[in-house]
Amino acid sequence: MMQQAPDYGRLRRDLAARDRSLREKVMSLEEAAALVRDGDNVGIGGSTMSRTPMGMIWGLIRARRRNLTCSRCIVSSDGDLLFGSGACERMITSWFSQGILWGISKVMRHYVETGKARFDEWSHLAIGMRFRAGAMGVPFMPMRSMLGSDVLRQRPEAVEIECPFTKDKVLLVPALNPDVALIHVQRCDAYGNAQIDGLTFMDLDLAIAANKVILTTERIVSNDQIRRAPDLTKIPFFAVEAVVELPFGCAPHECYGVYEPMMRHMEEYVALVNRDPVRGMEEYLDRFVYGPQSWAEFLSLIGVGELLQAARAGASIYDD
Amino acid sequence: MTEARTHTAAELLTVLSARQLKDGQVVFAGVGIPLLAATLAQRLACPGLTILFEGGVIGTFIERGKLPPSTNDQRCTKRANMVLGSAEVLLLLQRGYVDVGFMGGAQIDQYGNLNSSFIGDPQNPKTRLPGTGGGNDIASLTAMIVAMKHEKRRFVEQVDFITSPGWLRGNDTRRESGLGHGGMYRVVTDLAVFGFDEVTRRMTVVALNPGVTREQVQENTGFPLIFNERVGETEPLSEEELAVLRVLDPDRRYTA
Repeated sequence: MMQQAPDYGRLRRDLAARDRSLREKVMSLEEAAALVRDGDNVGIGGSTMSRTPMGMIWGLIRARRRNLTCSRCIVSSDGDLLFGSGACERMITSWFSQGILWGISKVMRHYVETGKARFDEWSHLAIGMRFRAGAMGVPFMPMRSMLGSDVLRQRPEAVEIECPFTKDKVLLVPALNPDVALIHVQRCDAYGNAQIDGLTFMDLDLAIAANKVILTTERIVSNDQIRRAPDLTKIPFFAVEAVVELPFGCAPHECYGVYEPMMRHMEEYVALVNRDPVRGMEEYLDRFVYGPQSWAEFLSLIGVGELLQAARAGASIYDD
Repeated sequence: MTEARTHTAAELLTVLSARQLKDGQVVFAGVGIPLLAATLAQRLACPGLTILFEGGVIGTFIERGKLPPSTNDQRCTKRANMVLGSAEVLLLLQRGYVDVGFMGGAQIDQYGNLNSSFIGDPQNPKTRLPGTGGGNDIASLTAMIVAMKHEKRRFVEQVDFITSPGWLRGNDTRRESGLGHGGMYRVVTDLAVFGFDEVTRRMTVVALNPGVTREQVQENTGFPLIFNERVGETEPLSEEELAVLRVLDPDRRYTA
């Protein structure tokens, strides 16, 4: 199935229709989840186990979202949960697994090999160029990798051309403009001016490419604090539609400078789903996603000891 | 150098692939043995080695005992020269700033093509593997060193799926596909070090690991190997190489 680059007129109309004024947009996780509709194209910030918006994904699964197409540069257990809960039927990414410590994701394997869900593979740079084209408001970006490979043969959406200037072969990859981007940050104000510490991955392009951004944040700070250091602001308020204050909002993944991954919980998760990718996932979702009354209750199931240990390791990036 | 007595196959792979790097190079390293080997080289013969990670790091300096679980974790940035976006660091490959890419491999063929996507027919796969990540970009845009375990099922005549391009179908096919730069340079395994013929681009044996015979390498390879006119024998691991490696990875996270 060919996926056309998005209609530019529609992208402009959708943005024009959104209220982009400087206004407060703080809301609950549940209210933010209601901004995502079944069938939406959802871009996910961070990479692998880093700055993953796990809390927002947790919220979408609890809201029983369905038929989502998701895109992310590199996918880890976030993709497992999205497939295993039935929220996502198609993942656009460059790499989808558990990571070197745990090997191939059995959940991803189960869903893809039985045809229950799709994993559209692009090179890492191609995902970046697709978000960049989306952020630039152009229909495609040219690039020089993926040529000659079977990764390209699986992707009829990409077009190989002869450069009109140099006659080089180049690959054109279509813009990716998600309906909504989910991005977790260390801090932002009530308007959505967001500061990101450390690795930014593809989040700056993703935020501008998307029609709207749902931010989760470790904490909400004043607009004065943002204005004292505007050079630290990475996402402008007018791209943002919702701000949710969600401490430890990447748990059990990491948030740069705040906490490292919660390895004991990850290992418990991997052991469950590796034993049986369907029933193990059901058990995990019941215990850790549907069961808790709140995000705070989910964190308490991970355990104070593990949260403190992860936080100590996270902050140590700033030690000499 | 005194010869080291016992070591694991992963430790051998790490040390031998670290020896392939040259001081002053800019190396784009994947997670696992490449990350560890690049860090080892930096501590031994190549203090001026610049290591790049696809998470968006330039000039990383991994701390001992704090190996990151991927190349996208905060640990990768400690004492680095710069953090930048993932697309930005990958674009440095395209611009030509990287001397060598350094990756692991699941399946490789006689032209150095790597598969990390599918076992079996891609339309109806027996096994869906994790995919390329930055592997395709690195292999497409710079010279490559691959470190991998040597098994017959991993060394096949033709990979099921070309995830990261080596020399494609040999001869000039890589350049004709639009990949005018880089290409597979060395493959390091627990049995031998391999290169590629300059014309046919088929895999050749450059040097045998200590105590390994030609027959042993051929028996564990799924296609006929070409032996260079003068096949060298690799120096055994030294006590120093192994000692530094074990300080870097005391928990054997990557070298079990």
